[in-house]
Amino acid sequence: MNTYLTRAVALAGSAALLLVAACSAGSGTSSGPSTGANQSLAIGLVAEPASLDFTTTDGAAIPQALLTNVYEGLVKQDESGKIVPDLAKSWTVSADRKTYTFELVDNAKFTNGAAFTAADAVFSINRVKTAWTTSLKAAMDVVQDAKAVSPKQLQVTLSKPSNDWLFRMTTRIGAMFSQTGVDKLATDPVGTGPYKFGSWKRGDSIVLQRNDAYWGTKPFFNQVTLKYFKDPTALNNALLTGTINVIGTVQAPEALSQFTSNTKYQVIEGTTNGEVVLSFNNSRPVFKDVRVRQAIRSAIDHKALLDTCFAGRGKLIGSMVPPTDPWYEDLTQVAPYSKDKAKSLLAAAGATGKTLRLRLPTLPYATSCGQVVKSQLEQVGLKVQIDQLEFPAAWLTTVFKNADYDMSIIAHVEPRDLGAVFSPKYYTRYDDPTLQQDLAAADAGDEATQVTDMKKAARRISEEAAADWLFLLPNLVVADKNITGLPANAITESFDLSKLARS
Amino acid sequence: MVLRLVERTAVLLVSLAVSSVLVFGFMAVLPGDPARVALGVNASDEAVAQLREQFGLDRSLATQYFDWLGGLLHADFGTSYVSKVAIGPQIFDRLQVTLWLVVVGMIVALVVAVPAGTVMAARHRKISGLALSAISQLGVAVPAFLAGILLIMLFAVKLGWLPANGWTPPASDPGMFLRQLILPALSLGLVQGAVLTRYVRSAVLDVLREDYLRTARAKGLRPFPALWRHGLRNAAVPVVTVLGLQLATLLIGAVVVERVFVIPGLGSLLLDGVSNRDLLLVQDVVMLLVVAVLVVNFLVDVLYVALDPRLRVGQR
Repeated sequence: MNTYLTRAVALAGSAALLLVAACSAGSGTSSGPSTGANQSLAIGLVAEPASLDFTTTDGAAIPQALLTNVYEGLVKQDESGKIVPDLAKSWTVSADRKTYTFELVDNAKFTNGAAFTAADAVFSINRVKTAWTTSLKAAMDVVQDAKAVSPKQLQVTLSKPSNDWLFRMTTRIGAMFSQTGVDKLATDPVGTGPYKFGSWKRGDSIVLQRNDAYWGTKPFFNQVTLKYFKDPTALNNALLTGTINVIGTVQAPEALSQFTSNTKYQVIEGTTNGEVVLSFNNSRPVFKDVRVRQAIRSAIDHKALLDTCFAGRGKLIGSMVPPTDPWYEDLTQVAPYSKDKAKSLLAAAGATGKTLRLRLPTLPYATSCGQVVKSQLEQVGLKVQIDQLEFPAAWLTTVFKNADYDMSIIAHVEPRDLGAVFSPKYYTRYDDPTLQQDLAAADAGDEATQVTDMKKAARRISEEAAADWLFLLPNLVVADKNITGLPANAITESFDLSKLARS
Repeated sequence: MVLRLVERTAVLLVSLAVSSVLVFGFMAVLPGDPARVALGVNASDEAVAQLREQFGLDRSLATQYFDWLGGLLHADFGTSYVSKVAIGPQIFDRLQVTLWLVVVGMIVALVVAVPAGTVMAARHRKISGLALSAISQLGVAVPAFLAGILLIMLFAVKLGWLPANGWTPPASDPGMFLRQLILPALSLGLVQGAVLTRYVRSAVLDVLREDYLRTARAKGLRPFPALWRHGLRNAAVPVVTVLGLQLATLLIGAVVVERVFVIPGLGSLLLDGVSNRDLLLVQDVVMLLVVAVLVVNFLVDVLYVALDPRLRVGQR
C-alpha cells in the first residue's frame, strides 16, 4: 500500500467516525417532552402566518395560532357551536334587539400588565372600524355606538337588529386588545388569553408560553410550540419520529392508515366549517337556466366522489350549512344522484354537449376532486375543460375577483358564510332577492326566527342549485395516545390549546 | 492577464444589469395582485387601491425599478409587503442556514466525487471501475428531493437514527444541529457528487493519456502517486468550471431539499414569498441568487489563471 491511499483511507475513516458520533450525540436525550409539572407540547400545522397582525393581514393561520390562546373575545363558540361567555360573564339584549349590555369579568389582565376594562372593549370595537384593513372589518359596520357604562359594564348599540353581529364577536373581529398594547401587533401581540406570545422563528415555528397571570383556569402545558410544515409527508414523519405530538390538521387523508394501525397514536375525526363547493358562475348564460344547475347536481355521485378524492373522510352535505350550526338539516336528498335525470334536464335546457370551463386552484383536494367532477359530468353529456390556477394569487385574481370562470372548486372555510357566498357581489354572482329577504329576516329576528329563516335559506339555495356542495371537510387530528382535550370539531377560527393535557 | 480581468469584470457588470431588469420584469408580469392577496377574499377595491399605494405599486414601473436598484446598491432591501418587517435581516438569517447546506453539500460532493472519479478513470477498463460508473449513473438520475425522501424513510422513520426534519442553529445546540444537518446535506451532496464524479472521471481520463504522465510512470512512479503529483492539478481546470456551475444547481436543489426537510432557509423564504406575492422579497432573493451565481462564475474564470500558468502569459 502506498502512503497516498493510506492517507485517503484514514481521512475517510475519520469522516465516518464523525458521522457516527453525530448520529449518537442526541440518542441519550429523549426527543419527547420531559415529564413533571413543566410540560411542553409541539403541534404540527400547515399554514404559517405571514404576520401576527390579523387586523391588517388576512389568512386563517393567524387566528388559528392566536385567537382563544393569546387573544380572547367577549364571547366565544364552544365545540358544539353554541355562543358562550368569555371575557363577558353575561349579556342581555334589549327588546328592540339593538342594544347589548355585557357584564365583564373583573380579574382579567393583559400580558403587558394592564387590567382589562370596558374602556379596552370600546377601544377594540372602535378600532375595527378605524384601524383594521382586512375585509372582515365590515362585520362591525352595524355598530352605532359602544360605551363603557362602568369599568366592568359595556353597552353596544347597533344601527339595526343583527344576530350575526354577536356571532362575529366570537371570531377574530371580537378580539380584545389593550389600549396600550397595539404598537407592535405584527411581531408582539398582547392579549388576555391563557397563553402569551413567546417567540417566532420565521419559516419554522411559533412558541407560546403559559400566561401565569391568567384570570381563568390555567392551562396544563407551560409551553406549546406550533410548528409549520409545507409538506404533508414531512408533517407525518415529524409525528412518526417524535418531533411533534399532534398533527393539527391532516392534509392527506390517504396517509392516515399508518397511524390508525399503530397503537401509539389516536385519530380523531370531527366536522369543520369547510364546505367544499363546486361553484357556478351564475352570471353566465348557461347557468342562468336552473335546469342546467340542477342537472349538474344530479350528475354527481357524491359518495363515489368523496371515496375517490378524499379517502371517504368527510361528510356529505346538501347545502351551505355544517352540522354544528343550529339551522342544520340533512339536505343531501334534495338532488339525489341520477344520471338519467341529469341527462333529461340537460336535454330540456338544450345544454347537452356544452363545454364548461372548470378553473381549479392548485390545492390537492381541488385538483383530485376536479378530475372526478369532470369524468362524472362528461358521462351525462357535458364537456369539461380543466385548467389550474396558482393558489392563492392567480386564483384570487382570475376567479374570485374577475369571475372569469364557469365552475370552480374551493373549500369555503369561513363560519356561517351562506349569505356572504351566495350574493350578487360575490364570485358566484348569485342574484336571488327571495334569498336576500330570508337572510335579512333571519338576522333581524329572535333566535327562533333566525333558525327558521336560515333553514328556509339553506333549502332554497339547495333547491335552486346555486352551487353544488361536494362534501364537508373533516377535522382530522392525529396525536400521541396520551394527549387529552383535543376538540373533535374544528368550527372556530382558533386551534384551542387551553384544554390540552397529557395523561 | 490584466486585460482578461478587465474583460471578465465588464462581462460581470453587464450581466448583473441585464439580469436585474429581467428579474424586475418577471415580477411585474406575474399574475396576482400582492395587495389583494394580503387583504384576502372580501377586500373592497378601495382597500386594495389604498394598500397598493402604501406598497408603492401605483408608481410607474421605471420609478419602482430605479428605487429598488438604488436601495440594493445601498444594501437596503426594502420592507416586506406581507410581514411588514425589513427584508435585509430576514434574507441574512435565512442565508446563514442555506449556506450551511450548500457548503456541506459541496464538501460531501467533493469527498465523494474526487476519489470515486479518479478510481473510475484509473480503472476504467476493470470491473470495479465499471461498477462505480454504474452507481454514479444512478446517482445522476435521482433528484435531490427523492434522495431526501428515501434517506428520511430509511434513517429517520425506519431506523430512527436521525431526525426526519427540522433545523437547530449551531450555536444553540451543536449536537442537534449536526444530527439535523446530516440527511439534507447528504441528499444534496450525494446527487451533486454523482454528477461531479462523471466530470472528474473524464478529466482524469484525459490527463492519463498525456505524455507527461507516461513520462512520470516511466520514471518509476506507481499509477496513483503519478496521478497525485502530476495529474490532478491538470484535471482540476475542467472540474472547477463544473463546480462553479454546480453551485447554482446546489442553491436550487437547496430550495427543494429545504422543503422536504422543513428547514427555514432561503429556499423556503422564496417559496413563501411567491405564494404570498411578497414580490419585493422575491425580487430581492432572486437577485441575490443571480448575483451569487454570476460572481461565482467570475471567480471561476479568475481561478483558471491561478490554476493554469499558461493562461497568465503570452496573451496577444
